[in-house]
Amino acid sequence: MFEDLRDLYQEVILDHGRRPRHGARLAAFDATAKGDNPMCGDRVQVFVRRDGAGRIAEVGFEARGCAISIASADLMAETVAGLSAGEAQALAARFRDMARSGEGAGDDAAIERLRPLAGVHEFPSRVKCATLPWHALLAALDGKGEASSE
Amino acid sequence: MNDASPPAPLDIAALREEFPILRQTVRGRRLVFLDSAASAQKPRVVIAAMVQAMETQYANVHRGLHWMSERTTDAYEGTRDAVARLINAPDRHEIVFTRNSTEAINLVAHSYGRGVLRPGQAVVVSEMEHHSNLVPWQMLRDAHGIELRVAPVSDAGELDMAALERLLADRRVGLVAVTHMSNVLGSYTPAQRIAALAHDHGARVLFDGSQAIVHRRVDVQAIDADFYVFTGHKLYGPTGIGVLWGRRALLDAMPPFLGGGDMISSVTWERSTWADLPHKFEAGTPAIIEAIGLGAAIGFVESVGYDAIAAHEAALTEHALARLSVIEGVHVLGRAQDRGGVVSFTLDRAHAHDVATLLDRQGIAVRAGQHCAEPLMRRFGVDSTTRASFGVYTTGDEIDQLADTLARVREFFA
Ligand SMILES: Cc1ncc(COP(=O)(O)O)c(C=O)c1O
Repeated sequence: MFEDLRDLYQEVILDHGRRPRHGARLAAFDATAKGDNPMCGDRVQVFVRRDGAGRIAEVGFEARGCAISIASADLMAETVAGLSAGEAQALAARFRDMARSGEGAGDDAAIERLRPLAGVHEFPSRVKCATLPWHALLAALDGKGEASSE
Repeated sequence: MNDASPPAPLDIAALREEFPILRQTVRGRRLVFLDSAASAQKPRVVIAAMVQAMETQYANVHRGLHWMSERTTDAYEGTRDAVARLINAPDRHEIVFTRNSTEAINLVAHSYGRGVLRPGQAVVVSEMEHHSNLVPWQMLRDAHGIELRVAPVSDAGELDMAALERLLADRRVGLVAVTHMSNVLGSYTPAQRIAALAHDHGARVLFDGSQAIVHRRVDVQAIDADFYVFTGHKLYGPTGIGVLWGRRALLDAMPPFLGGGDMISSVTWERSTWADLPHKFEAGTPAIIEAIGLGAAIGFVESVGYDAIAAHEAALTEHALARLSVIEGVHVLGRAQDRGGVVSFTLDRAHAHDVATLLDRQGIAVRAGQHCAEPLMRRFGVDSTTRASFGVYTTGDEIDQLADTLARVREFFA
């Protein structure tokens, strides 16, 4: 019945949406921020632990939201581990472009890992579900504490 | 329903013909519109009345001494009569046009709240208010030293009357402002009992009738209400027009809300004096065309008849509850005895937004989220729900489509 939705709800998304690997508060973290989408009630808090060199060692999150937002948070946590803040920001910008346009953004391993989420571009009301965790991550890296979905 | 004999069933097929939009297809499928509680679709008579007004007799109201302005004023004021008749208001001057329910409540919160209530008094709302009947009172609390009290709802989704009585016991409550029907749970509140209880404790009462008046006849005198508000666009009328009804003595004692043209009696540099009701509360050029549309919508509702509407929607709601409750993993929020055509539910393992996206792909429009009732969501321990809501044009077949599709949604996320 929902064959035409398989683009949006790819197996990877359903899987990570249901069983996120990084969906927990970190026992020790250096930065955290919340993201909030007041229109729909989605909410995420991202926790970042840095290594000795200041790179992202680990990301965890606590979230309530739809399959898209949970999966996006989980794949984000996976792909930003090991990146510097600047690299994470650059990946965030490319991800945002991909979520909005459905295409481009390069072909490195990180963006390929995130590509299943590109399907949201056909669902304008769902794009912010995918980008909310990234807004929260950027706010955490900036030391801001709060992010909105806009 | 006052009549002894049951109302004649609605001729739904003919009724649906009156709503041009229902012929639209969405993603190649016939639209199944189950989001009337957010805003209802418009019958042809409403659309035609607005177009006709603009094509044949348009001018500003209460201002021109010419034919066009007189005709337009007659039509605009005709809606005031129609509203008075609809809710059985004793006096047409007690009907104030606003933009919507939200503005009507803000008007009362401002003019009655600051003009009549005194710091140290309290306002009571319920746990199942739409934000528009909560936030204005929070603003009043913070600006004017009014205490805000919250009457709980039971797990069944009914207003806890014993708790309400306890909140009123110290007689410091000046106003009880509660919904007449929840936009999430569908529960009606026992308006007459609430009004009696409030009055026994020296408080006035405002009902948010945004949802209630869509499904049932409202009689403000039988309820013994002090204020009653509703919004045109949920009652098959246009957006941009709402209604505040208040007892004349209360409205007379209240200072104006907005200042400007139409609301004054005389203006000098030193001072202005206020126009009589209702114009005191209708500053500026009103939503003329929208008011005319609302008049047509009321005519439509009256021609269908509340007895038939209530019977039709009660049957639909019962059918929906029966069908949804047997789908594994579906949990309906609230089990109120007395309810209107709104059903909210959660589905295990699937977030409301995902449910709504899948339903939308089948042409089924529902609402998903918090429904402007975040505290109520928290009360029931959910982040969001999916809500199906019904109107005069909703069919049992559409509810079957919802239920059948939901069963498939469940498999998708299993
Ligand atoms: C119970 C209730 N109150 C108030 C409102 C606000 O109506 P409006 O947005 O037209 O002011 C709504 C609908 O959104 C509602 O369902």
